[in-house]
Amino acid sequence: MALTTNTQNGSENEAKGQLGMALSRPFSLIGRATISWIDHLGASGVFLILALLKILRPKQLSKIFQQLYYIGARSMMIIMLVSLFTGMVLGLQSYYALVKFGAQGALGTLVALTLVRELGPVLTAIMIAARAGSAISAEIGIQRISEQIDALETMRIDPLRYLISPRIAAAIISFPLLTALFDLIGIVGGYISGVLLLGANAGTYFYRVQASMEMKDVTDGFIKAIVFAFIVSTVCCYQGYFAHMRTDSHGAKAVGLATTSAVVLSCVLILVSDYVVTSFLM
Amino acid sequence: MDAPLIEFKDVTKRFGTKTVLEHVNLQIYEGQVTTIIGLSGGGKSVLLKHIIGLLKPDEGTILFQGKPIVDIKKSEMTASLAKMSYMFQDNALFDSMTVHENIALPLRETTNLKKTEIDRMVAARMEQTELADAAKKFPSELSGGMQKRVALARALVTDPQIVLFDEPTSGQDPVRKNAILSMIAQYQRKFGFTAVLVSHEIPDVYFISNRILALYDRRIVFQGTPEELENFTHPFKDEVIRSLEGLRKELTGLHSKRQFNVMHHAQLKQSTRGETYSIVVFTLDTLDAIVAGLGYEAAQETIYAMGVYINKHFGAIGGFSTRRSINEFVTILPYSNLTESEDILKDFIKDFQDQGIHDIWAGAHQRVDSGECIDLIIRAGLAQGQPIAELESVIDSAKSQQKEIGRLRCAVEE
Repeated sequence: MALTTNTQNGSENEAKGQLGMALSRPFSLIGRATISWIDHLGASGVFLILALLKILRPKQLSKIFQQLYYIGARSMMIIMLVSLFTGMVLGLQSYYALVKFGAQGALGTLVALTLVRELGPVLTAIMIAARAGSAISAEIGIQRISEQIDALETMRIDPLRYLISPRIAAAIISFPLLTALFDLIGIVGGYISGVLLLGANAGTYFYRVQASMEMKDVTDGFIKAIVFAFIVSTVCCYQGYFAHMRTDSHGAKAVGLATTSAVVLSCVLILVSDYVVTSFLM
Repeated sequence: MDAPLIEFKDVTKRFGTKTVLEHVNLQIYEGQVTTIIGLSGGGKSVLLKHIIGLLKPDEGTILFQGKPIVDIKKSEMTASLAKMSYMFQDNALFDSMTVHENIALPLRETTNLKKTEIDRMVAARMEQTELADAAKKFPSELSGGMQKRVALARALVTDPQIVLFDEPTSGQDPVRKNAILSMIAQYQRKFGFTAVLVSHEIPDVYFISNRILALYDRRIVFQGTPEELENFTHPFKDEVIRSLEGLRKELTGLHSKRQFNVMHHAQLKQSTRGETYSIVVFTLDTLDAIVAGLGYEAAQETIYAMGVYINKHFGAIGGFSTRRSINEFVTILPYSNLTESEDILKDFIKDFQDQGIHDIWAGAHQRVDSGECIDLIIRAGLAQGQPIAELESVIDSAKSQQKEIGRLRCAVEE
C-alpha cells in the first residue's frame, strides 16, 4: 500500500516537473534571445567605436576613396532610378488626392516634404543596404572564412583599420550625398507625373517646393541619413566580420546567412530608428 | 644548447568540448628549421597559430625569448610580431588583388617605403619565386602551385626573422614540392631566419630540418634531430612509417622499414634448416655537403638514384632493401653466407664503380648547373646474420665493417 502511494507521489512530482519545464521554456528562450541580442548590441557598439577611432590613421584616404566609389558612386544609378519612380508615383497619388479638395497647387509641397523628410533618407538607406551593404557583408565574410583577415593580423595590418574603418567613413560621406540626389531626382519625378503628365501648373509646383521647404527639413533629412549610414555600415561589416562565429551554420552557408541577416537587420533598424529619430527631431 | 626562442609550457587548447592540445611542451631555437609533424587534424596548425598569436591558450604559458607572452607590453609584442611571418595552408591570398598587390601588401601597409622601393623589393621576390610573368594576374587565374609561391613570396617579402609555414607543400606535385622545400631551405640558409614548418612530407622534411617535433594524441611526444627520430620508439612511429609507405615508390623504389621488417621475419620463418643470411649497409657520407653545395633537390636525386641502383642490383638476385635513415640503405641477402655475400658485394662494387656512381652523380647534377666541387663518398659494410640474431645487432655489425666502395669528385663528365 505504502509502495503504491510512493510511486504515485513520484509520478506526480515528475509530471509537475515536466509541466514546470514546459511552462518556463518560452521564458528561457526569450531570456536567451534577449541576452544574445544585448550581447551583439554591445559588441557591435564596441566594433563601431574602434572602427571610428581608426578612420583618421595614416594611409586611410585612398581606401576611403575606393569605398566611396563602391558604396557611393556605384549606387548612383539605382538611387536615381528608384527616386525617379518614387517621385513619379508620389506625384501621381498626391495629385489625385489633392484634386478632390481642389488643392492641387500643394503638390510641390507634398512631394518635396515627403521626400526630403522621410522617403529620401529611408529609401536611400534601404537601397544602399540592399546593394552595397550585402556586398560588404559577403566580401568581409568570405575574407573571414578564407583566413584573409587572419592573414592581415599576421602581417600586423589591423583588420578593423584596413577593412572596416574605410567602409564606415565612406558610408557616412555617401549616405547624405545620395539622399540629396534621391530628393532632387524625386522632386523631378513628381514634376514629370504631376506637371508634365497630369497638367498641374509648373510654376506653382516649383514655387511650392521652394516656399514650403525650410533648412531644418533638409538638415533633419541629412541627420537621418547619417544615422542610417552608421546603422547600415556597422550591421553589414559586423555580420561579415563575425560570420565564422555563427552558431547556425559554417563556411559559405554562414556567409550567405550573414549577408541575409545584414540586409534584413539593416532594413528593420532603418525603419525603427527612423521613427525614433523623427520623434526626437519633431 | 642556447635558450629557446619560443617555448610552450603545458599549453592546452580546447574548442568547445574538444581538446586539441593538451599540456604541450616544446622548444623552438633561433636560426633553426623546426618541423612539426603529425597526423591530419592533429592540431599542428592550431599549435602554429598560437606562436603568432592568432589563438590564445586556455591553459599554460607561451614564452617568447624567455618572457611569457602575456607579460610582454603591447608595443614590444607588436615589434616581436613584426619579425614574424606566416604562410597559410590555404594561402589566404586576397583574391581581389593581383599577385603584385598581394606581395606588396605588407610593405605598403606596415612600412613607409616609397612606391618605387616597394616595387623593386616585390619584383625581386617575384623573380626569386618564378612569378615575374604573373605579376598582373589574380590568384584565381593561377594554378595551386603558383598560388603557393605567391603566398611564400608574400611571407618572405618583409625579410622576417621568424617564418611559420603551415603545410607549405600541400597539394603540390613532387617536383614543385621539392622545389618549395628547396626554396625554404635555401632562403633559410641565405637569410638565417628561424623557420617553423608544419608538414606531412616525411622524410622529405628531414633534409631541411634541424629539429623535428612530433605531435601525437594532443601532445608533443618527440623533440629532437631527424637522426634521433630514427631511433625513437613510440606508437607515433607506426603512423610515420605508414606515411613512408605511401612515399616509397616516389622516393627510392625501396621497401618501407615496416615492410622490410615484415619480409625479414617472413623469410626467417620460412627458413627451417637454420640458414644464414647477410646484411649490407650502404652509407652516403657526403649528403650534408651535397645539400649545402648543390641544394636539397640534388640531394634528393642522389638518394633516389642510389636507392634505385641498389634495389635494381640486389632485387634481381632475391635481395630486398630499405632506406634506414636519411643517408643509409640496408639490403638483406637471404640464404647467402658471408663468402657468397662477399662475392655478390664485389660484383656490386665493380658495377657501381663502373656505372652506378656515375648514374648517381648524374642524378644529382640534373637538378643543378652549379660549378660546386663536392666529393661523393659511398661506404658499404657486410655482416652475416643468424635466424636467432636481432636484426638491429646484425645491422650494427655491418655498419662497423663499412669501408669506402666509391668516391667521385665533381668532374664526372671528364
